[in-house]
Amino acid sequence: MTDALARLGRYGLTLLSTWGRAGLFLSGALWGAPGQNGGFRLLVKQLYAIGVLSLAIVVVSGLFIGMVLGLQGYTILSDYGSEEAIGQMIALTLVRELGPVVTALLFAGRAGSALTAEIGLMKATEQLASLEMMGVDPLRRVAAPRLWAGFIAMPVLAMIFSAVGIWGGMLVGVDWLGVYAGSFWSSMQSSVAFLDDVVNGLIKSLVFGVVCSWIAVFQGYDCVPTSAGISAATTRTVVYSSLAVLGLDFVLTAVMFGGF
Amino acid sequence: MDPSPHIVLEDVVFARNGRTIFDGVSLSIPRGRISAIMGPSGTGKTTLLKMIGGQLKPSSGRVLVDGEEVPKLGRKALYRLRETMGMLFQSGALFTDLSVFENVAFPLRVHTRLPDDMIRDIVLMKLEAVGLRGARDLMPAELSGGMTRRVALARSIALDPALIMYDEPFAGQDPIAMGVLVKLIRDLNRTMGLTSVLVSHDVPESFSICHHAFIIADGRVIGEGTPDELRQHGSEQVQQFLQGQPDGPVPFHYPAPDRVTDWGDVQ
Repeated sequence: MTDALARLGRYGLTLLSTWGRAGLFLSGALWGAPGQNGGFRLLVKQLYAIGVLSLAIVVVSGLFIGMVLGLQGYTILSDYGSEEAIGQMIALTLVRELGPVVTALLFAGRAGSALTAEIGLMKATEQLASLEMMGVDPLRRVAAPRLWAGFIAMPVLAMIFSAVGIWGGMLVGVDWLGVYAGSFWSSMQSSVAFLDDVVNGLIKSLVFGVVCSWIAVFQGYDCVPTSAGISAATTRTVVYSSLAVLGLDFVLTAVMFGGF
Repeated sequence: MDPSPHIVLEDVVFARNGRTIFDGVSLSIPRGRISAIMGPSGTGKTTLLKMIGGQLKPSSGRVLVDGEEVPKLGRKALYRLRETMGMLFQSGALFTDLSVFENVAFPLRVHTRLPDDMIRDIVLMKLEAVGLRGARDLMPAELSGGMTRRVALARSIALDPALIMYDEPFAGQDPIAMGVLVKLIRDLNRTMGLTSVLVSHDVPESFSICHHAFIIADGRVIGEGTPDELRQHGSEQVQQFLQGQPDGPVPFHYPAPDRVTDWGDVQ
């Protein structure tokens, strides 16, 4: 009993100290907003690595998810004779939920794991220590550009995901299953509100961008600098990011659309 | 030259994970000379360098560099002090996404506003000093271990520091690369007047270039002096280390239970 209590206490202390380190890490890195002394160039480089190189997986996933939504939506809605509302269903599903959430999950798997592995390897090969010894703060040089790039890239990727998804839904619904194109677009136009749906979706993806980038960069920075340590940190990035995204999605949905 | 010591450690105690690594270490490193810090593996030689560079803080005691108490410096002052230090890491720690040229140019680009043509000239001069001017366009993955350390050395002297620290520069090097590094450390000290702190357990190479050496074991300095003085040192532990004897005050066997406990009473 005493042992179990001691273990619980130790676990609690470790958790608190990790949260403390993560908080200090984020504030230290955000103070170092890119811009000075070549920082903008580093930001652009990271935007390419995190954002542009994630485009392929986001576009392909968005296309297939939109096509599946079109097919499933048509099957269900045609039972009620309301297949004309398929455009509305696809757009709202993508813009409010699937766009931000699936993009964040893809981001965690592709860019997040790469960020953790890259920074972890920089730590293991003493590159971070050598930056410190050269009088260069690794939080500003390494962490800040990656964090900011993640904050910027995620909403843009989510928008692209939703746009491609809607196009994929149109391919199936209109071009394949024969829903009237005018109804497809007009039902979408009349039901999707810019502030309530598009902006709320963007806010979600921005929150997910902050959380996923924070977890990924911190896990790399805080990892045990061995091959096993980097591997464990990369796994933690994907698991923690996915759980955080799904949990936060519920909270944000409740606040934005649940009338709370 | 300023006669005051460049680095002073006063009664430094350092413990990590419940293990005491330094238990009252005091030493004074003279300016403009090569000082070797030696001792068996795992005695905390690299930890000592990290304390001098402010990457680790002692549990108690003082670490002074150029009269400034490193553990008490604020973030800005510490980073400013580090601009006057160079450090050669055991792995070289080159940035793997930058070419040899860009690795050496890195501190200049970050800390100065020199025009590109001047940075180019300085980088080529530093690479010439380590004999690798012709390797400027190679990537770190294309370099041998010895070349990696030479490029890292060129990078660590890019800002003309007053102090340079070498962490196990000879470890894992072939005899030619080792000879090159010995020559470079000696030449850099002579031509640039650098204070050089050499952490190593390679006795012949270190003794061939250092002016003064400290031998650390069991969390304290067990011997110090010139190489000749240390060769005559009366401590058995110092002699065991210098002569590489497998058994002595540092036992061959790691502490273990009694043999009978493990194997029984076998004749």
